[in-house]
Amino acid sequence: MSAEGTILAATTPSGKGRNASGSVTDTLRRLLRMRETGLVLIILVLFIAMSFASPYFLTWNNMRAMAMAFAVEGVVVVGMTILLISGGIDLSVGSVTALAMVIAGLLFLNGVDPWLASGMAIAACTAIGAAMGFFVTRVGLHHFIVSLAVMVIARGLCLLGTGGRPLGLYTLPPEFKFIGQGSIGVIPVVIVIFVVVVVAFDFLLRRTTMFRKVFYTGSNEKAAAYSGIRTKKVVFLTTTLCSALCGVAGIIYMARFGSAQPTFGIGMELNVIAAAVIGGASLSGGSGTIFGAILGTILLSVVSSSLALLDVSVYWQDIIRGSILLTAVTIDHYLNKRRG
Amino acid sequence: MTAGTDDLILEITNLSKSFGPIRALRGVGFQLRKGEIHALAGENGAGKSTLMNIIDGILRADCGEIRLDGQPVTITSPAMAQTLGIGFVHQEIALCPDITVAENIFMAATNSSRAMLMDFRDLERRAAEILRRLGDIDPTAPVRSLSISQQQLVEIAKALTLDCRVLILDEPTAALTEREAQILFGIMHTLAGQGISIIYISHRMVEIFDNCDRVTVLRDGQYIATMNVAETTPGEVVSAMVGRVIDSLYPPKLGKDERSHEIILDVRGLTERKRFRDVSFQLRKGEILGLAGLIGAGRTEIVKGICRLEGEVSGEVSLHGRVLHLVHYADSIAEGIVYLSEDRKGDGLFLDMSIAANVSALSVEQVSTRTGIIDDRRENEQAERLGARLNLRYGHVGQPVSALSGGNQQKVAIAKMLSVNPKVIFLDEPTRGVDVGAKAEIHRILRDLARSGVGIVVISSELPELIGVCDRVLVVREGRIAGEVTGNEMTENRIMHLASLGEQRPVAA
Ligand SMILES: Nc1ncnc2c1ncn2[C@@H]1O[C@H](COP(=O)(O)OP(=O)(O)OP(=O)(O)O)[C@@H](O)[C@H]1O
Ligand SMILES: [Mg+2]
Repeated sequence: MSAEGTILAATTPSGKGRNASGSVTDTLRRLLRMRETGLVLIILVLFIAMSFASPYFLTWNNMRAMAMAFAVEGVVVVGMTILLISGGIDLSVGSVTALAMVIAGLLFLNGVDPWLASGMAIAACTAIGAAMGFFVTRVGLHHFIVSLAVMVIARGLCLLGTGGRPLGLYTLPPEFKFIGQGSIGVIPVVIVIFVVVVVAFDFLLRRTTMFRKVFYTGSNEKAAAYSGIRTKKVVFLTTTLCSALCGVAGIIYMARFGSAQPTFGIGMELNVIAAAVIGGASLSGGSGTIFGAILGTILLSVVSSSLALLDVSVYWQDIIRGSILLTAVTIDHYLNKRRG
Repeated sequence: MTAGTDDLILEITNLSKSFGPIRALRGVGFQLRKGEIHALAGENGAGKSTLMNIIDGILRADCGEIRLDGQPVTITSPAMAQTLGIGFVHQEIALCPDITVAENIFMAATNSSRAMLMDFRDLERRAAEILRRLGDIDPTAPVRSLSISQQQLVEIAKALTLDCRVLILDEPTAALTEREAQILFGIMHTLAGQGISIIYISHRMVEIFDNCDRVTVLRDGQYIATMNVAETTPGEVVSAMVGRVIDSLYPPKLGKDERSHEIILDVRGLTERKRFRDVSFQLRKGEILGLAGLIGAGRTEIVKGICRLEGEVSGEVSLHGRVLHLVHYADSIAEGIVYLSEDRKGDGLFLDMSIAANVSALSVEQVSTRTGIIDDRRENEQAERLGARLNLRYGHVGQPVSALSGGNQQKVAIAKMLSVNPKVIFLDEPTRGVDVGAKAEIHRILRDLARSGVGIVVISSELPELIGVCDRVLVVREGRIAGEVTGNEMTENRIMHLASLGEQRPVAA
């Protein structure tokens, strides 16, 4: 890719480039949106191709199943995208999500009200995030290492708490299960939650001073510090937020499955990071959009569902997902080459 | 042009380059003779770096021809340029901070060599020799530990270890001290004597007139003229550059009757364990105060200490008679005390973010609603207003700052400071890499700010600038204030003397 291509591409993160009006800027705005438009196009092409390849694909049931699949993960993707923008990364999302389920499940089985149990589980996940934030910002360790350790520890806790077996939560009250299984009209509640979370954080990230500081910090931490931004606080908060959202996702999963699965979410971090990166988040921080990341999530989920429908073996599915990630990271690399 | 084509090493004809709607170069021509030092002059954004980037294969021209030794060439990458014998010291420092100086230098050399096996011993010897000549830099030190000026020297050393026939220096002295610059000029003359051709970009007329053979002027992406330095004057070159006459670089200083005794900032006994001790000074209303000193004397550290950007500082800082309790730089900003960093790329700007977002970085709250929602329109207006005030050249405020020329990036950094209507501004090398016109403009703005009651403190390694702009200069040596000069006492000699030897008297409290 030529250097000038790179420069145009460097403006890709939409929501950062703020334009005045005028025809020149309109063209530019279109370029800014290129990644998102590209993703939408790819998803559309997949849809059209799949609707020919499998009669089942375009049915309401399949659509609903697909949407349910990416919606909960989408909540985690939101947290991960914000963390990536601030320059961090979190490998522990899968096990922390499972841990939320396990904690809430155990508490419930011991007689705690399910809503209270959920609140406590989310609080526990938030505390885990805060601990990771502490190790990263105060001790000075790298996100990668800290979250790798937490990933293993949290999984261990899940297995320890359950003896490795799923907890059946047959007595969950219906109004609790409603979160995961119910519908408002034809729209599943899960999708409603997903849309609310996405719209809220997309707005916050693009428009608020608070989250603008996340971009400053990720773009150039030193310059951010030299602008009076408390960068450690920012990173601490984004790390905590990501884990908290994992907690929320875990509770929704629990309501949906009616059980707590200690082995749930293994390999989830790959999907989540891949989605964010495909959607334009940079691993070196400073760029990314919620909208793009969600498109990335949808794309991956459509691919998975298509492969399943086409009877592609599970092993191949992994290989294909991995390759998509590699392609996305390669593009990311070229976009950021100038940053050296 | 008088030169026969025989002794031309590089010839560029009718070169054009656009970045989207911005026409950075329009049909530019350029001729470089063997063994000459050829200056390239022009305002910020005139297209100098773009032209050099094309010669180095970093950018591709839209049209036009490059001939090297009379042969048309298409240079597609910096690696290719290196093998063709073109060395390039970039305007912005781009070293790997975590590895050693020697390794950084080898990186370029190993890259460009066509040999399968490198003679590392020889490389090491050459690198050490060049570093010694340039200013005693330890080849085994990690680049992170060097000052900006030393890093710039490493960049130069990197290019010098390559066997090049054409050496491009894009504003190398912007980050160097006077003495280092002189050493560089010595080396340039030696190289020219060996038949190596040098393209030298600088905004400093003195340097061009002392060291170069010819000068080519670009304006707004167009070729204006090439002149023999011996047959022209700085005034002529400057007016070719800006297309008008610049009467004075420096605005008039404070008149006697304008002196005020009102103290804006009072610093007492500022001490930091290692880097400075017992620093006390007062900044009076209306004046521009300069901080002079050798690199490493502690000027930047003192200023960062006052702003609470670095270090554990003790001592007292009062603003308008009120003692401040500053813990974090954010407190300092809230009090209206801001710092313009000397390293705009490293810690001054967010290169991949928009101009508007950069300008508002010190206080996004200011362009937001009370509920914390950013008002795009206000944010853009702020950038446009300050951009116009500083004569910023840009396409639109949504552009990433990385798309601006070096000098215009500096203006964005200054705009960022001005956005919060500060009470005291510390400017560390405020006109580094800024062209003559813009420099005069920045000086005028500083003077206007000072007149309107804003306290201005300028750090500069360019003595003529300090002397030209400041009403009073404090000289810092080894972390202490070694003396103060005002009025007629403000000469380069006097300041250098204080900076290197100091006065054998205790610091005035
Ligand atoms: N990558 C880019 N994308 C868009 N515009 C660019 C890019 N690089 C340079 N420009 C524009 O091209 C013009 C020429 O820039 P250039 O960097 O060559 O100026 P310069 O003469 O080196 O200035 P300075 O003295 O400030 O370094 C400027 O208007 C600049 O904004
Ligand atoms: Mg330049």
